[in-house]
Amino acid sequence: MSGILTYALHYEGAFNKNSLGAVSEGAKLAKEIGGEAAVVVVGGDDLTDDLCASLGSYGATKVFRAKGPEGLAQPVVDAMAKVIQDEGISYALFGGGLLGFEIGAGLTARLNAGVTMEVTNVRAEGGKLVAERPILQDSAIVDVDYVGEPGIIIGRLNAFDVVESGGGAAQVVDVDLQLEDHSTKAEMIQRGEQRGADVNIEDAELLVAGGRGLGKAEGFELCEELAGALGGAVAATRAVVDAGWYPYAAQIGQTGKTVAPKLYLAAGISGAIQHKVGMQASENIVAINKDANAPIFEFCDLGIVGDLNAILPKLTEAIKARKG
Amino acid sequence: MASANGNGKVAPAAFPPPVDSQGEFVKRNLDAEDERIEIGVAIVGGGTAGLSCANRLLQLLADDPETMEKLGEVPVAVIEKAKTCGGHNLSGAVMRPEALQRLYPDMTREDWRKEGFAFGEVEKEAVYMTPTSKRSLKIPTPPPFKNHGNEVISVAALARFQQRMAEEAGAYILTETAATQLIVEDGKVKGVRSGDKGRGKDGEPLGNFEPGTDISAKATVLAEGCWGHLTGPAIREFDLGDGREPQTWELGVKEIWKVAKPLDRLIHTIGPWPVSTSAKYGQVGGTWIYPMKDEKTGDDLVSIGFVIDLEYADATTSAHDLLQTFKLHPLVKKILEGGERVGWGAKALPGGGYWSMPKLSMPGAVLVGDAGGMVDTVALKGVHHSINSGILAAEAIYESLKNDPNATDFTAYEKAIEESSTGKEMWEVRNTRQPFSKGFFIGGPLVNLFIATKGKIPVRLPWHRQDERPMFIGKTSQKYPKPDGKYIFDKLSSVFITGNATRDDAPNHIRIEKHVPREVAETWKWMCPAGVYEIPDDAPETGDVDVIVNYTNCVQCGAITAKGGRLTTPEGGDGPLYQQT
Amino acid sequence: MKICVLVKEVPDAAVEKRIDPDSKRLDRSGEKNLNPFDTHAIEAAMQLKEGGAVEVEEIVAVTMGPESAFRALHKAVSLGADRSIYLTDAALAGSDVSATGYALSKVLEQESPDLVLLGQQSDDGECYTIGAVVAEHLKMPSLTQVIKMDVEGDKLRCERQAEYGYDTVAVAMPAVISVGDAINEPRYPSLKAIMGAKKKQLDTKSTGDVGIEAGRVGSDGSRTAVLAINPPPAKSAGEIIEDEDTNETVEKIVNWLDERKLLA
Repeated sequence: MSGILTYALHYEGAFNKNSLGAVSEGAKLAKEIGGEAAVVVVGGDDLTDDLCASLGSYGATKVFRAKGPEGLAQPVVDAMAKVIQDEGISYALFGGGLLGFEIGAGLTARLNAGVTMEVTNVRAEGGKLVAERPILQDSAIVDVDYVGEPGIIIGRLNAFDVVESGGGAAQVVDVDLQLEDHSTKAEMIQRGEQRGADVNIEDAELLVAGGRGLGKAEGFELCEELAGALGGAVAATRAVVDAGWYPYAAQIGQTGKTVAPKLYLAAGISGAIQHKVGMQASENIVAINKDANAPIFEFCDLGIVGDLNAILPKLTEAIKARKG
Repeated sequence: MASANGNGKVAPAAFPPPVDSQGEFVKRNLDAEDERIEIGVAIVGGGTAGLSCANRLLQLLADDPETMEKLGEVPVAVIEKAKTCGGHNLSGAVMRPEALQRLYPDMTREDWRKEGFAFGEVEKEAVYMTPTSKRSLKIPTPPPFKNHGNEVISVAALARFQQRMAEEAGAYILTETAATQLIVEDGKVKGVRSGDKGRGKDGEPLGNFEPGTDISAKATVLAEGCWGHLTGPAIREFDLGDGREPQTWELGVKEIWKVAKPLDRLIHTIGPWPVSTSAKYGQVGGTWIYPMKDEKTGDDLVSIGFVIDLEYADATTSAHDLLQTFKLHPLVKKILEGGERVGWGAKALPGGGYWSMPKLSMPGAVLVGDAGGMVDTVALKGVHHSINSGILAAEAIYESLKNDPNATDFTAYEKAIEESSTGKEMWEVRNTRQPFSKGFFIGGPLVNLFIATKGKIPVRLPWHRQDERPMFIGKTSQKYPKPDGKYIFDKLSSVFITGNATRDDAPNHIRIEKHVPREVAETWKWMCPAGVYEIPDDAPETGDVDVIVNYTNCVQCGAITAKGGRLTTPEGGDGPLYQQT
Repeated sequence: MKICVLVKEVPDAAVEKRIDPDSKRLDRSGEKNLNPFDTHAIEAAMQLKEGGAVEVEEIVAVTMGPESAFRALHKAVSLGADRSIYLTDAALAGSDVSATGYALSKVLEQESPDLVLLGQQSDDGECYTIGAVVAEHLKMPSLTQVIKMDVEGDKLRCERQAEYGYDTVAVAMPAVISVGDAINEPRYPSLKAIMGAKKKQLDTKSTGDVGIEAGRVGSDGSRTAVLAINPPPAKSAGEIIEDEDTNETVEKIVNWLDERKLLA
């Protein structure tokens, strides 16, 4: 057995970034351990040949397409189980996300397979894959090996980079899917309903967080403008939420949310451990604080000792200019 | 409001916290039978004193099923506000073994260590003076510090063990439950009321609000520890403090370290460094360094702590930072360097001794342990008194209720304490702390005099209320080292490792005047080991300032009550989760 | 309708955790309490019972774990469950997600519930998966991260926040639903309920009682193996800039962001 099977989620004619990351990763790993870089897609008529074949640009070699309801996990479990068994595939890879977890878990039970969740890195060793996952609030990394096949790997949201390896069109194969009885018991009534302005900061890739150093509630305007220029969201520390400067939904830390965005820009935040544990896994941490002794300067990637009131507005303008 | 009293000195007592003790914490009538819970003996506080009382009671009841039945469906219940018994307990500690051996006669000291609450018998010991930040002088061990044969223990771990014993013997242990009111009817204590859950920051009921319940009991044991939320109101209600000195407190901050090289001796240091010797500063403090061998993990640990009398007058005195300062002494560096901090905590202890002990019983209730002020703060010994008083309270209550299940007179307990080793020891050291208020050099010899004469000098030395001492902004804070996160630690990261995760919208349990002279605000800011009190950056340098209260950091040490604020009952389940302190 | 709620005892979130160097697993010997997400599941069951839209005959709390795990059941019962089942067996020690889900499903099979509720994740690392594993073994439909749930006839109308926004899904019972913490505000147990919990029926079962095949559970039945535990890759020390000329500083920041493709 060899090869990697990933799942690509689509909506209104496009695959989501998380899935494309998984497909890219699957392609990369398939090259290392040999076998197909296959993808499963499940849906209706909007899964055109062109759309499916386009996954080839991310390195997919074969796309198995099945007709079935969209946005539900159990039909995909049926599809992937069939493909894994028919094609003799060694690993199933998911890019996290709600469905990634549900499908991966269902597959684990269906095939009596091993599963690792919240994976941040996968490496090939001697023709097999080893999954790395952080534990204990990212203070340690566990290397996990699989006993028997297949192995199921569920990545942390957006853990895998989208790489357009420039491959040609993938081969599209239709799968004759027989759904299990229980896979027909859920019915999608309404999909993808947008609700108000709640930005889910846990999914945001770029966060601008404000702390007590902002001085007053109005200081958050500076954060919002910068977040707007970056295309990201705004987060807050417990102290300012307590003071009523920003809503609790944006709170990061021990008693708030835990995030791991690509960029965490902390303005006026001291970096006490109660806050740190909520954001320390961020890929790039930039800190702006006028106190050179603030603990945040010990663990940020770029620290600026200065007055955020002077820096933030200019930074916002400069970023808008650079983006053009 | 007048701020300075002329020379920049202000007493916190001039700004009392907004609290009406009797009005808020005493309930004057029991709820109807179908709304309340009926219990035999209600023990408020699941520390060593309370649990020793519970264990002893159940031992007696096990042999007397008739009396057990008279106590109803729930003969013994322990009400504990932490998530588990031991979660809010902290002490040095070196314990005299006899009391615990009496409580559990079938256990050996090796059994204690296997259970994880004891860490070794004291063999070698040393007492040092630290005249400067670099020098130390070993002195012949003064009598109060003779610990040979005693056992190093953890009260947090001991309480967990005792909780298990009590549960196995049939006690109901109600953790995450605060007792917020003393129920007094017809001049008798009829029980306590448990705290509400699900209130918001300003006390408003939230969606999942659950009111507390009246717990009616034939006998109530107040085992609340150093600052009793109900003990204070009880003392006032029944005039238990009549004719006694006011209670005074000390604050201890402790760390536990995992070390590479096991410490070979028990160490106490009596200063003067890092405190000031000037009487004006009023700093009286010392330290301990105890070796701990953890039999469960095989680790070599060290318990290190700094204790200071809250009598001091320099507002910038911070027990936490003085502990960090102390760690820089070569004596300590030799022991801790290369090690790893694995625990931290803070707790106040009653320092007034015999003269400040309240009357220990009232109709329907008794006081045990630290709540009754039974701590010898020169020798730093209180654990065996907690156990002893718990045992004696159990025996007195048992005898009373056995004869008459409706008895409310437990004065026999007071007599038992007087005649016990606890009573005698407290009497012997009754004047040994007060002289320190005269400063290290004058006070020291006086203390020695009182110790040497074993309390035979017939005099009563007074205390005065600690919050009445005028504060000034001195220089103590100038010596505090900067935190580096590896050897010297700041307050917030210390609070973090206590396991404190109080919910953000928990009701504010700290009562304090929020607009006070700077000297008073600075006192609170520096004193609090958890960084609860802050002064806004833009506050004026002199005059009155605002006080920000980050009450969710609170580790419930109790110190604020001694110096002008009031710690009231938090929501059950909040606060730290001490493991081995 | 019979509701089974799966609950789990987990290490207290606030206590510092460590890995046991010998077993390479989380050292679970410290403080434990009922997984906070499971309290939301119990509350959801209680709201169904009290809501009146459907008749709930009983709510059964089920857990699998070593000696102290029964405390989670006492807590569940104090919150409203009518009785509880405690699956405990030395053979189950070291079970991974797959084995745990399988074992729990065997207990549930005997109970034949109409609805299985559980918290979507637990504080000790297993996230969003147990529900789906259990459902697969029981051959029931499953949904996770559900934040709103209403009964409509013999179906459940559920809402959850998925990749593209909020999805509304109708699920026919019997079903397995994993709930998110936004679904409700769990009640606090009253003292009477806490004290009464010990008296409620608690059935203890072993693997033999429910027909669990020994080879599929425990560390021997595990389909993953921990190779190593390492500290995270050392972050190289960050760069610190003192802002003297703000224009210059800002340009440095923009370049730094651009290099890392954060301005795409």
